[in-house]
Amino acid sequence: MSDRLTVRKTYKLYLGGAFPRSESGRTYEVTDAKGHFLANAARASRKDARDAVVAARGAFGKWSGATAYNRGQVLYRVAEVMEGRAAQFAEEVAAGEGISSSRARAEVDAAIDRWVWYAGWTDKLAAVLGSTNPVAGPYFGFSLPEPTGVVAVLAPQRSSLLGLVSVLGPVLAGGNTAVVVTSTARPLPAVTLGEVLATSDVPGGVVNLLTGDAAEIGPWLAEHADVDAIDLAGAPAPLAMELERSAAGTVKRVLRAPAEEPDWTADPGLSRLRPFLETKSVWHPIGV
Amino acid sequence: MSIFEYAPAPESRSIVDVRPNYGLFIDGEFTDGTGAPLKTVNPATEEVLSEVATGSDEDVDRAVRAARRAFTRVWGPMRPADRGKYLFRIARLLQERAREFAVLETLDNGKPIRESRDVDVPLAAAHFFYHAGWADKLEHAGLGPAPRPLGVAGQVIPWNFPLLMLAWKVAPALAAGNTVVLKPAETTPLTALLFAEVCRQADLPPGVVNIVPGAGETGRAVISHPDVDKVAFTGSTEVGRSIARAVAGTSKRLTLELGGKAANIVFDDAPVDQAVEGIVRGIFFNQGHVCCAGSRLLVQESVHDDVVAALQRRIGTLRVGDPMDKNTDLGAINSAEQLARIRELTAFGETEGATCWQPEGELPGRGWWFKPTVFTDVSPAHRIARDEVFGPVLSVMTFRTPDEAVAKANNTTYGLSAGIWSEKGSRILSVTSKLRAGVVWANTFNEFDPTSPFGGYKQSGYGREGGRQGLAAYLQGDN
Repeated sequence: MSDRLTVRKTYKLYLGGAFPRSESGRTYEVTDAKGHFLANAARASRKDARDAVVAARGAFGKWSGATAYNRGQVLYRVAEVMEGRAAQFAEEVAAGEGISSSRARAEVDAAIDRWVWYAGWTDKLAAVLGSTNPVAGPYFGFSLPEPTGVVAVLAPQRSSLLGLVSVLGPVLAGGNTAVVVTSTARPLPAVTLGEVLATSDVPGGVVNLLTGDAAEIGPWLAEHADVDAIDLAGAPAPLAMELERSAAGTVKRVLRAPAEEPDWTADPGLSRLRPFLETKSVWHPIGV
Repeated sequence: MSIFEYAPAPESRSIVDVRPNYGLFIDGEFTDGTGAPLKTVNPATEEVLSEVATGSDEDVDRAVRAARRAFTRVWGPMRPADRGKYLFRIARLLQERAREFAVLETLDNGKPIRESRDVDVPLAAAHFFYHAGWADKLEHAGLGPAPRPLGVAGQVIPWNFPLLMLAWKVAPALAAGNTVVLKPAETTPLTALLFAEVCRQADLPPGVVNIVPGAGETGRAVISHPDVDKVAFTGSTEVGRSIARAVAGTSKRLTLELGGKAANIVFDDAPVDQAVEGIVRGIFFNQGHVCCAGSRLLVQESVHDDVVAALQRRIGTLRVGDPMDKNTDLGAINSAEQLARIRELTAFGETEGATCWQPEGELPGRGWWFKPTVFTDVSPAHRIARDEVFGPVLSVMTFRTPDEAVAKANNTTYGLSAGIWSEKGSRILSVTSKLRAGVVWANTFNEFDPTSPFGGYKQSGYGREGGRQGLAAYLQGDN
């Protein structure tokens, strides 16, 4: 081994395409599965969450208005860039989740493949979920899926990378923008994912990653009037119910979490795409 | 301008036999309710039409148990093609008894007979006919190879399209293999109870459809019953929020179709006369008691004066009065309570500085009425530009550019529908793609069809009714 002293990374938030510290100045200690110190992560505040919503709303027009082909290429690019940093991700996943390096590498591979799966969905959603409507009158009618808007995502607590990508990918593939609260105890792969997103042509603000406590930030996102939907994947049961109730105040779309965190390697189908897509039906007369 | 007077052309009410009392419809039988009975009133005359039993918590529990039994023993295990045949029967029975339904709907609701006859009832039958065909084709609905029903659906519907909203709720639920407990609106229970007779004539197995009239308390009992698997609600955003709160933390699936404040956008190249017809249809159809009503008119500034003048001329020819008269364009306001709300909001319009215009003419002495009303000089901050009036009240605003039109149209917490009038196809498609609304009518307005999914963006609710997309609300699949 060389005796060179390594340069450690400062793990910060990913917000509006930049990497700021929490405006609150707070951090918290992140340890590996055995309790050894790994990093001081930023502990995002209510204000950070609100800034993230502003950034996500600002980015929504461009991302949702991009062609489906373009969005697919950008998401594929995320997979490409991740592949190059697979070793770093595997190291972080292994340390945080306390699994062997070969299992960690398998998780990383699955996460990369998940981006590829969703990259391929962007330009098929309209054909699979949309329709032409044979209405009983002289009208041409069609229905198209459109993104719901700004989606708050409480990322899974256990699976820090594959779980995160599994919940973020469908939100982006549908054309939504996201404010993500990462796994509280295992936030480091998410921050590294932020670095990947920042260098993968994902426009700034499309994804905002907040490290910290879902129980602290979740309630602000659940009641925020400019958040259109919330994914409760990483919310424990009592918190999830409270957040769902709070989300009702602005008629948010709520994706509930199962009682146990699922096996993220399973084929996701359309189950995580549908909840964040609206259907728009259009009518136009037929005549001369 | 000369005025053509019409001789009265009243529809006869003799075709319908309104009984003095109605019970609850549970497990295939009409039974007494233990809630306080309600009196349902003809809003055009204030005459009491009938006394209707209402459901208490125990009655609702009885209905849910009947629905569960029917789901487990009969409707769930039934061959899908046979479920479809029952729905086809119901569609045919609605067509056969269409006139009776139309008259009863108009008596109980106050809407013009022309609309109940030509829109509500035919569309209700069409919804059953359409969904009947789905019953044995669900594996083709895009929800995986073997989608399953959810179980018992608790459904709460509004008073503006009583039979049609019943059809939107009951037809897809049954086609997907669920059974239902439906609560019709407090002021309009009669066509739902006549529908119960149709279920009996169709020999629909007992318990598949249960109808429990009542007010908000009965609705609460339906949606919060622990053995209900699916809740579907159409009504106000305020009640929708409280239902979403009540359902939170349960495994119940929920769809909501709530309020709206739709923009109807008229560009300077639109043919004015056609646009005016669409504006009238958009806001005065069903007295404006329409969640997707085009209640905000956005007119390009250069044609504002022409459009408003033509609109006022056209409104001057609308006939307000006896809903049973086949010439009537605007009927009665459904309830004294709704009339009070319309009056309250329109009063805000004047105090906040908008200009109110109403046509000349006398309103009938008895019953609840409101003249077609147009507000000009409206600012986006005015309450009449923000709040859902749910009455024949139009707020007119202007814009200069397409971007401004889109920004103003989307400047609302609602997102149910929108309209656009222009001769330029590329502009229609561009504006349509930017409008945050679940239904966009281009060069038309207030068109409905069972094949066309209907539902809102934002606080207008979630889930769709109609089309393949609408089936997802009543099925669980692998996809």
